[in-house]
Amino acid sequence: MKAPTNWVPVCTVDDLVADSGIAVWTEDGPVSVFYLPNRLPALFAVSHTDPFSGSNVLARGITGDINGEPVVASPIYKQHFSLRTGRCLEDEGVQIKVYPALLDGNRIRLEVPVVQAAPVAA
Amino acid sequence: MEHQTLIVIGNGMVGHHFLEQFCQSPASEHYQLVVFGEEKQLAYDRVHLSEYFGGSTHADLAMATAEWYDAQGIELHLNEPVTSIDRENQIVTTPKGHYLYHQLVLATGSYPFVPPIAGNDQDGCFVYRTLADLDAIRASAAQARSGVVVGGGLLGLEAANALKSLGLQAHVVEFAPRLMPVQLDDQGGGLLRQKIEDLGVQVHTEKATTEISPGAEARLRMNFADDSHLDTDLIVFSAGIRPQDTLARACGLEVGERGGIVVNNQCTTSDPAIHAIGECALWNHRIFGLVAPGYTMARTLVAALNQDQDAAFTGADMSTKLKLLGVDVGSIGDAHAQIPGARNIRFHDEQSGHYRRMVLSQDGKKLLGAILVGDNGPYDTLLQYVLNGIELPDNPESLILPESEGGAPALGADALPDTASICSCHNVTKGDICCAIDAGCTDVGSVKTETRASTGCGGCSALLKKVVDSELEKRGVEVCTDLCEHFPYTRQELFHLVKVNGIRTFQNLISQYGKGQGCDICKPTVGSILASCWNEHVLATDHVPLQDTNDTFMANMQKNGTYSIVPRIPGGEITPDKLIVLGEVAKQYNLYTKITGGQRVDLFGATLSELPEIWEKLIAAGFETGHAYGKSLRTVKSCVGSTWCRYGVQDSVGMAIMLENRYKGLRAPHKVKMAVSGCTRECAEAQSKDFGVIATDKGWNLYVCGNGGMRPRHADLFATDLSDDELIRTIDRVVMFYVRTADRLQRTSVWLENLEGGLDYLKQVVLDDSLGIGEELEQHMAELVSTYRCEWKAAVEDPEKRKRFREFVNAPAQKDPVQQWTFERGQRRPVLEVVAS
Repeated sequence: MKAPTNWVPVCTVDDLVADSGIAVWTEDGPVSVFYLPNRLPALFAVSHTDPFSGSNVLARGITGDINGEPVVASPIYKQHFSLRTGRCLEDEGVQIKVYPALLDGNRIRLEVPVVQAAPVAA
Repeated sequence: MEHQTLIVIGNGMVGHHFLEQFCQSPASEHYQLVVFGEEKQLAYDRVHLSEYFGGSTHADLAMATAEWYDAQGIELHLNEPVTSIDRENQIVTTPKGHYLYHQLVLATGSYPFVPPIAGNDQDGCFVYRTLADLDAIRASAAQARSGVVVGGGLLGLEAANALKSLGLQAHVVEFAPRLMPVQLDDQGGGLLRQKIEDLGVQVHTEKATTEISPGAEARLRMNFADDSHLDTDLIVFSAGIRPQDTLARACGLEVGERGGIVVNNQCTTSDPAIHAIGECALWNHRIFGLVAPGYTMARTLVAALNQDQDAAFTGADMSTKLKLLGVDVGSIGDAHAQIPGARNIRFHDEQSGHYRRMVLSQDGKKLLGAILVGDNGPYDTLLQYVLNGIELPDNPESLILPESEGGAPALGADALPDTASICSCHNVTKGDICCAIDAGCTDVGSVKTETRASTGCGGCSALLKKVVDSELEKRGVEVCTDLCEHFPYTRQELFHLVKVNGIRTFQNLISQYGKGQGCDICKPTVGSILASCWNEHVLATDHVPLQDTNDTFMANMQKNGTYSIVPRIPGGEITPDKLIVLGEVAKQYNLYTKITGGQRVDLFGATLSELPEIWEKLIAAGFETGHAYGKSLRTVKSCVGSTWCRYGVQDSVGMAIMLENRYKGLRAPHKVKMAVSGCTRECAEAQSKDFGVIATDKGWNLYVCGNGGMRPRHADLFATDLSDDELIRTIDRVVMFYVRTADRLQRTSVWLENLEGGLDYLKQVVLDDSLGIGEELEQHMAELVSTYRCEWKAAVEDPEKRKRFREFVNAPAQKDPVQQWTFERGQRRPVLEVVAS
């Protein structure tokens, strides 16, 4: 059974930058949202965390396409991640989280897992 | 086998080459090597001796270092001339002692011939052979206005150039009716004379000097046989060389009638334990006064000492290609058509100043020799025809006719046989190059390293590239120069398309000339091109997505996602007040602070959202962005210069600040560093920069295309004694030509090495304006300079641009949880664990 999710609003259209990314904070942690106006769909959301450096930087990478696949290049060590699948093009074993995104009027919503309040460890 | 002693007398280019080759050979295990040099310095490149006046030092010209000799276990005795050889007991004697030998190699070279003219030994008379000679000439020239070179041959013209570069009115006095009588004919010599006179050097031919007496208008007077005379402050004799065979003569070795130590095909003298190589050796009644045959002799002797039965010196090609006072001169093979039945084809264009002569065999099928004056373009092709006996095309004249008149293309690398010699300095054949490629070399650079081709005089570099490219192509290695999958063009081609078509956005360019959406290769490249062409703000909406994060956020991203900030400190000069501001800002934001190598201060650990606030404070204190994040001018490092330093001859700080303010913000294919030193002591280390300026007492010397870092490269001397204006105009042109023609992420050093024609070509384009684009380049630079704005100032003043610096657009108060800190040596530094492997 699918874990419960919420479609949470994270920002508005005015916050987006064409052909580039911005970072938002969600209950699931930092997420980067990319807007590629020449593609359909034009919105992509993936984790903001670069798995190779552990830093929250992916929204600041350069977007583009490699053999037709929409990608972002990590600004730290330059690996490419598919914006559709989250898969790293240079290293098959590495994948980042992908979040479904949609435009709701002027707002961008992401589908994020509902976080259960976890008991605080002693 | 016990160690034997091999003594080499002479530490010149050929002697050194012998040692290099011998040390790599198996026989080296059985010999202790001992070398005696008469000069104080280690072997240096005498071919490029005149560069000593252009600012090169002995270290620049040196063939090797003392460390190399040490590492090879060679016992080196410099400044210790051998005074005699005792063949019976196999002992050489110097003023310092006696040394036993088993094998002896004479590499004593030659000495300059000084014609027996009365008064030729007085003050102000010099020869042109050693660094000591050049030091003496330089000292004398300081008090002189004019200088005469006696001898209009190859070396004489080099010397005349040197006198000219010392600021003297230079004269050349030649006994023969024309210049370079050995290499050229009357027409070629006449054209060369005309060109040299146009450059301000006065040529006097058919002059026999009878006496040198005190002068009336200058220190000395040369009296000629035709009763004319010429007053001059100094005289340089360069009337040919004579083999240095004094030691050999004294110990009874066989010498030639007109000098030279007689050697056989193995370079062994009449004494089987003594050998001779280079200009002192007489082979088959001939002396070889060029370095390449000397190297061949050295290699032959090494082979013979390694018991190679086939080792034999069989003569050498004496073809020469050189640039004298900026004029191309080439002479190949039987240039004077002395072979019976030879026929000539001549092309003489008085309009553009080109003379070309081909000497053909009687049947017209083979090329025997050639003469070129004014343009050495056809030299490589003609030389290959001569050396390899390749059959000429049906219309051989096309080889020397200008291409617009239906000239034949240069001989393709394909047509050369495997035995064709490509590099004569290191004896590398086309076959050797093919082997290197088969062994895995895939570019010119690796072939050079592997075979040493083109690492001697460098004259064969263009030919080498052709051979490498053609062989790679044959092997199916596609030499793809496309920028990336989105653009089938090189950076240079894209630059051209943008400039010519007035394209101002990436979208426009990719829709017209590319495909797809772009990537992290082509976007920053095009961003840089657009900035170089139009100088619009890097954060203008259309340009944001093109930039690397460093350019987008105008700071340098560090491993934990924070940034470092480097404000501009032009020339490294900063007031105490501004320094205090840097300290206060760093303290307030808890920034790790470090002094950079470029005389600035780097502040680490700012978060994205802190950047605009920090810059507001810095701008208020008068700072500007330092472009440490950009492919653009970084710093102009300087020493303190004549304002404070006891040795400084110019205001290096003032010049550095002027240059830094002029070129700041300019977008280039890669970062650009500059430095200005206030005197020849070079405290600013300008020769390791892309552009290095060194003060002279007359102005500035400009060095270009140096590099530190991973692959250090000494900058090349480009122009001397420039005024402030000339300096800036020259740098403008070189920078702009680099911006226009370099590849993506290509530093100036690599750019120059890949530029066809190299330094000479760059000089032609910039100094002689051979492409006629000089003014355009200056104008383009002037536009960029006049449209400069501090990017950070523009960004903090614009609320739309500031929006870009929100760390999380929906949660301004949210801190980045991975940025955790610890303290070390009193400052903050990141703690970071790598998540994925």
